Amino acid sequence: MSLSTWRSVLLARASDEIVTQALVRDVALPYGAGTMALITLDNGFDHTRPSTFGAQGLLALNGALDGIAARTDIAAVGVTGKPFIFAAGADLKGATRLSTREEAGAIAALGHHVMRRLGELDVPSFAFVNGAALGGGLEVALHCTYRTVSSGVTAIALPECFLGLVPGWGGSQLLPRLAGPDTAVKLIIENPLAQNRMIKGPEAAALGIADVLLEPADFLEESLRWAARVLRGEVSPPRTDHTATDWEPALRRARDLVALKVRGATPAPYRALDLIELARTAGRDEGFAAENDALTELLTGEELRSGLYAFDLVQHRAKRPAGAPDKSLARKVGKVGVVGAGLMAAQLALLFARRLEVPVVLTDLDAERLDKGVGHAHAEIAKLRERGRVSADQANRLTGLITGSLDKAAFADADLVIEAVFEDLGVKQKVLAEVESVVTAECVLATNTSSLSVSEMAAGLRHPERVVGIHFFNPVAVLPLVEVIRGERTDDATLATAFALGATLRKNCVLVKDAPAFVVNRLLTRFMGEVVTAVDEGTPIEVADHALDDLGLPMTPFTLLQLVGPAVGLHVAETLRAAFPSRFEVPAGLSALVAAGKPGVYRPDLTLDPEAVALFAGGDAPSTPEQVRERVLRALAEEIRIMLDEGVVADPRDIDLCMVLGAGWPFHLGGITPYLDRTGFAEPRFLARGVASMPAA
Amino acid sequence: MPSTRDVVFVDGVRTPFGKSGPNGLYAETRADDLVVRVIRELLRRNPALPPERVDEVAIAATTQTGDQGLTIGRSAAVLAGLPKSVPGYAIDRMCAGAMTAVTTVAGGIAFGAHDVAVAGGVEHMGRHPMGDGVDPNPRFLSERLVDPSALVMGMTAENLHDRYPAITRERADAYAVASQDKAAKAYADEKIQPDLVEMATRSAERGWGLATADEAPRPGTTLEKLGTLKTPFRPHGRVTAGNSSGINDGATGCLVAAAGTAAELGLPARMRLVSYAFAGVDPEVMGIGPIPATERALRLAGLSIGDIGLFEINEAFAVQVLAFLDHYGIADDDPRVNPYGGAIAYGHPLAASGVRLMIQLARRFAERPDIRYGMTTMCVGLGMGGTVIWENLNEEAK
Repeated sequence: MSLSTWRSVLLARASDEIVTQALVRDVALPYGAGTMALITLDNGFDHTRPSTFGAQGLLALNGALDGIAARTDIAAVGVTGKPFIFAAGADLKGATRLSTREEAGAIAALGHHVMRRLGELDVPSFAFVNGAALGGGLEVALHCTYRTVSSGVTAIALPECFLGLVPGWGGSQLLPRLAGPDTAVKLIIENPLAQNRMIKGPEAAALGIADVLLEPADFLEESLRWAARVLRGEVSPPRTDHTATDWEPALRRARDLVALKVRGATPAPYRALDLIELARTAGRDEGFAAENDALTELLTGEELRSGLYAFDLVQHRAKRPAGAPDKSLARKVGKVGVVGAGLMAAQLALLFARRLEVPVVLTDLDAERLDKGVGHAHAEIAKLRERGRVSADQANRLTGLITGSLDKAAFADADLVIEAVFEDLGVKQKVLAEVESVVTAECVLATNTSSLSVSEMAAGLRHPERVVGIHFFNPVAVLPLVEVIRGERTDDATLATAFALGATLRKNCVLVKDAPAFVVNRLLTRFMGEVVTAVDEGTPIEVADHALDDLGLPMTPFTLLQLVGPAVGLHVAETLRAAFPSRFEVPAGLSALVAAGKPGVYRPDLTLDPEAVALFAGGDAPSTPEQVRERVLRALAEEIRIMLDEGVVADPRDIDLCMVLGAGWPFHLGGITPYLDRTGFAEPRFLARGVASMPAA
Repeated sequence: MPSTRDVVFVDGVRTPFGKSGPNGLYAETRADDLVVRVIRELLRRNPALPPERVDEVAIAATTQTGDQGLTIGRSAAVLAGLPKSVPGYAIDRMCAGAMTAVTTVAGGIAFGAHDVAVAGGVEHMGRHPMGDGVDPNPRFLSERLVDPSALVMGMTAENLHDRYPAITRERADAYAVASQDKAAKAYADEKIQPDLVEMATRSAERGWGLATADEAPRPGTTLEKLGTLKTPFRPHGRVTAGNSSGINDGATGCLVAAAGTAAELGLPARMRLVSYAFAGVDPEVMGIGPIPATERALRLAGLSIGDIGLFEINEAFAVQVLAFLDHYGIADDDPRVNPYGGAIAYGHPLAASGVRLMIQLARRFAERPDIRYGMTTMCVGLGMGGTVIWENLNEEAK
């Protein structure tokens, strides 16, 4: 295939690509080092829309390189980006539109054809990494002979494996050769699998990805001076021949990590591992050809489609929650009350104080509990201070913001009061009534219930319209999801205040109808109920607990049970059983586990606790792993269908968003509905073909 | 504490000067970024100076709003990465802003309040056109405090031609041609480039570029060509774009230090401040301001005009230079005057220009250690002039 074939294949389809232009200007290098043709990658928008490479962007860069290659009067080529952005990689929207192997192969090959030219010109090339360099953007830099990086850059990464791809425009071959297998494994495998961690400019320089670190204030000018010194032979960046070292330790480390985290659920990290290994021995042509093959296969695979879908949900839908009322209706929150002083309450108080920067007062009936709760929040602030996360002044401010009171009258001037007391409807109703008796008529009353009815909680109040559910996930500081629950009487101003609060807390809100256990807990409980019931029936725990390993979930069902605690799990199971007796079981083994006071079925060393296992004995109808797997997936598909029919959320995408953000379900499942669609458990499909799946060719 | 100490000029740099306007070098470059680049380069060129030893950053700008606002001496110091312990301020005397920054920090150094200071100026006349946002008090005109022409600099230059009929347009044009020729030669001889710091320039449409040389000079300018130019300030007048400085963008900066501190730190002392003076004149003939300022500076120094071996006079308008030269009986083409050319060629980003004069004087002093005294002088809007007399500290000087 050739450039003209790729061009015709890729440009055949109508495109809305935002084209990154490759603007070329001559600059006179300092110290008489000659003329550099300096390429600026710029898609014409500001930094909120990073420059990306689709087919037209690649062709634009190719055209610029054509012009440069034809010249004999230049000493070097430079590449840099628009302010704050070097380049952010492939055009992902374009990637979702590729529908044939031919198209996938063409975009893979075109990327190589264009980018490799940067390393194969008659003159040296320099990348001046002034801002975010992600994926294909970083690969552009890797193809250059030399790299400078600004100490102000906060996002350098090869996030492909996070999405379901490999850095296949040269990255998997060039990075290990340049910076060694350890660094390659870190950037290509470990960081993407660690919630898509990114590195900053100083780390990129320390790892040898860039040759020199320069300050942002006059980054380009000093980069050009550095380039001039390289051209004059005054500086020669060291290069190490990494092929001579033993790559096996790094590769083994990566293989173990992938085995642990991915369990075969998605092919991309495995392909990436193979490519890194290949880089030690393969020449450029062989390595790049292998990258093309991997990209072609992954671009036409369903896991990537799910990954791109989930990425889009997290990037866009999470930031503009469906069904949220107009922001202007939100009330200002200048003081927050928290009823209860348990661990959850203390975590909430800290979060409110840090993000809202307003006074937060906790109340409890018990002075000892109250002191403990406030003390916990204050101790957390001290830890933040020790770790350098906040300054001494900020720590003083935060500590002063969080106070305790035995008297709910302290809520008199609060704008929002959230209860985080024991999960019992009667208790919560009583607490809210007490709060209502002291607060202003405008004060929003929120509940952090994980399963009870918000409407019932509000029913006895004078102003039920100001009650809303704001369901945080534990640990509060870490998990990004908040389920915002609209009760039957909740008014728009209250709801808008809840969404605004969530956004200020830097959480992602999803609007959920007032239905038992909302979204995440309902699905996890249904999931767990099927697994535990299978054990009750006689399936060995080790079989049932690993029957769904091939989904690559963050933990097995019994590990999750142990994390949330069997008592909490049992409570939610009972709530759901009461609401939907035909579908939710309260497994006898679970009740027995709670009665026995066991923390779970695993001992601290992660081996099975024989006493706990014994509590599940007696079943005589064991299932095979396949049967457990099928039973669980069928149950999930059924439950989601019912939830959508009931209007618990507006759209399957909200189910997926909740499972990704609240349960950590992986991108390659797309949350869950894309996986149920592609495995045939959803009948009919939840999502139209082409949404989170390969479009019809 | 009060003392009187010798004050020395250690080093100066500037950005290349650009032409203002949508197609100029710095059309999409911020004024404060120009200053930041200058400050960083001064520190880079003088590694013997620990950044925390800078005691003051005085930066001048005529229009102190937007990217020239926010107390630009302090904000540029922070943006340049100087330690937060280093204070800064903004200063304004229109065209003599940078000159006033130098004399003000020099006064502080002589008094003993600080040891080392950065002084400079910036004017991005593209982003901040002359007179932008000013609101002249109506009393200026109602009480005839100034002539209506006083606020339009080109008109004040025409007024100067009226006052000195011997200064014709032809003389002004010839002076302008000589300035362009001297600047071209200075560039060819590499007298200017060593004190320029190259500046990245972004264009959203064309991508990043690099400013490495002044944009305004027009080498090869001829009398014939200048003769064809319009006189925008008066029909059949004498002042043209060719015999005036342009509308420009640029920044300058220098290190000024107590002589003892420079010696302690091992910083080069290139010239010693001998005296300085500012003086006022009728605003409608602001171009004669350098004359009374020079009179006063000479008197303070105990020198006469004959002692001055080099003149760096700002060429806001050729007529104003010629008025100065005629006053002192100096020939139009005297080699002591602006040997590297002046603002007619390089441009005049108002508050930045004073330090450009000092940079060129210091460079020429190094070439001519036999010359002991030199002068930087300039006219200032609203009827002022400023003069600083310097002593050459290059070795063979005495």
